[in-house]
Amino acid sequence: MNKLSLLGLLVTIIRRDLLLAMRRRSDVLTTLIFFVMVVSLFPLGVGPELDMLRKMAGGIVWVAALLSSMLSLGRMFSADYLDGTLEQMLLAPQSLSVLVLGKILAHWMLSGLPLVLIAPVLGLQFDMSPDALLVMVLMLLLGTPILSMIGAIGAALTLGLRGGGVLVSLLVLPLCIPVLIFGAGAIEAVNTGMTIVPHASLLGAMLLVALAFTPWVTAQALRISME
Amino acid sequence: MSINWFKYSAPSTFYHLAGKLIPWFAVPAAFLFVVGLYIGFFVAPPDAVQSEAYRIIFIHVPASILSMFIYLLMAGYAALGLIFNTRLSSMMATSLAPTGALFAFISLWTGALWGKPMWGAWWVWDARLTSELILLFLYLGFIALQASIDDPRRADRAGALLAIVGSVNVPIIYFSVKWWNTLHQGSTIKFTGTSMHIAMQQAMFITLAACWLYVIAVSLARVRSIILERERATQWVSELQEVRS
Repeated sequence: MNKLSLLGLLVTIIRRDLLLAMRRRSDVLTTLIFFVMVVSLFPLGVGPELDMLRKMAGGIVWVAALLSSMLSLGRMFSADYLDGTLEQMLLAPQSLSVLVLGKILAHWMLSGLPLVLIAPVLGLQFDMSPDALLVMVLMLLLGTPILSMIGAIGAALTLGLRGGGVLVSLLVLPLCIPVLIFGAGAIEAVNTGMTIVPHASLLGAMLLVALAFTPWVTAQALRISME
Repeated sequence: MSINWFKYSAPSTFYHLAGKLIPWFAVPAAFLFVVGLYIGFFVAPPDAVQSEAYRIIFIHVPASILSMFIYLLMAGYAALGLIFNTRLSSMMATSLAPTGALFAFISLWTGALWGKPMWGAWWVWDARLTSELILLFLYLGFIALQASIDDPRRADRAGALLAIVGSVNVPIIYFSVKWWNTLHQGSTIKFTGTSMHIAMQQAMFITLAACWLYVIAVSLARVRSIILERERATQWVSELQEVRS
């Protein structure tokens, strides 16, 4: 067997997870539909005044993104855990952190990226300005990977536990608050004519820190859960 | 005389040590509470700005300080347990969590009681209030995670990892909430810069010391229960006076 390079490992894992997801497309779609539904519920709850909706749109989209990313976290490791694949991955000679990073990226492509792509359509429902739409997409692009990364820690810690779905939200949501603040803050900044640079920089910084540490922490969490 | 400290890292020896130590912390805690509250309520004069309502600081400030300090302490113990595989450290982390959550809750509750007459609202989305609330959520997450894992070893290690990740996140959360608040609007609420009356200071430090001693006493009592629960299969537990009777 020829030895896999780290990049090769990463690509292999991502392709495998994407392929598995494409074999069962409904899983990906339900998360997306959930996101659309939650966002559409807000105008029904708070009333149809466009002025207010325009102000709230950024926050609503971000909260909905947070919730729907929680919803899909359970799937990140559970299928592999149940059929024993995860155990083999832990035994693999390659770096577990890189392997986990691959799974996180695949999870983001399946749950975060579709959300980023559909968000502008939802933004139109809220009468957002083109500038705000652009900023929203940009911020979601920066922020949703962080949600997947922090979520991966929670998913790994709660692997195989009863009530795992609710528990993972309880663990992960408080840790995601900074992402919510700066993601929604940038949209508000552009609405009030301020610069988005501080928000974008902070979110970018968080993305880099998360990228550096969360795969390793998640790998540790998996080892704790699987021993 | 040299003391072998490692002797007490074994649950079986620490159980007895903790039992002996508890009264030494519990009694002074009760005494200082009484003294501190007496000075706070009867000796300290009313505040120039806030009149009588300020007196809530004698419980509010110690609770806030300790809720934050206990989280770090808990994360520290949890990290020790994770790194050196010492069971007692993990048990200490578990035993500190409910007390920390309690103090976070007391801090929020007394803050609300103070806020109503002072700010005219039970709750404002001030940076400090919001981060204290998130701290309470972090405690609850830690407790919930440990409660849902049956295997104590996995519970310890999973909780430890969560506590460490949480303590790395606490400053990030604090500053993001702070900037979020200042980006929205200038802070309308500031503590009055007046220097405190000496009796107020004394009362506050005494109640802080009392709360601190209470934390130690109560976490030692709780860790004794945890030790008994986890070591119930061992011989030394079955030979204990209180277990046999």
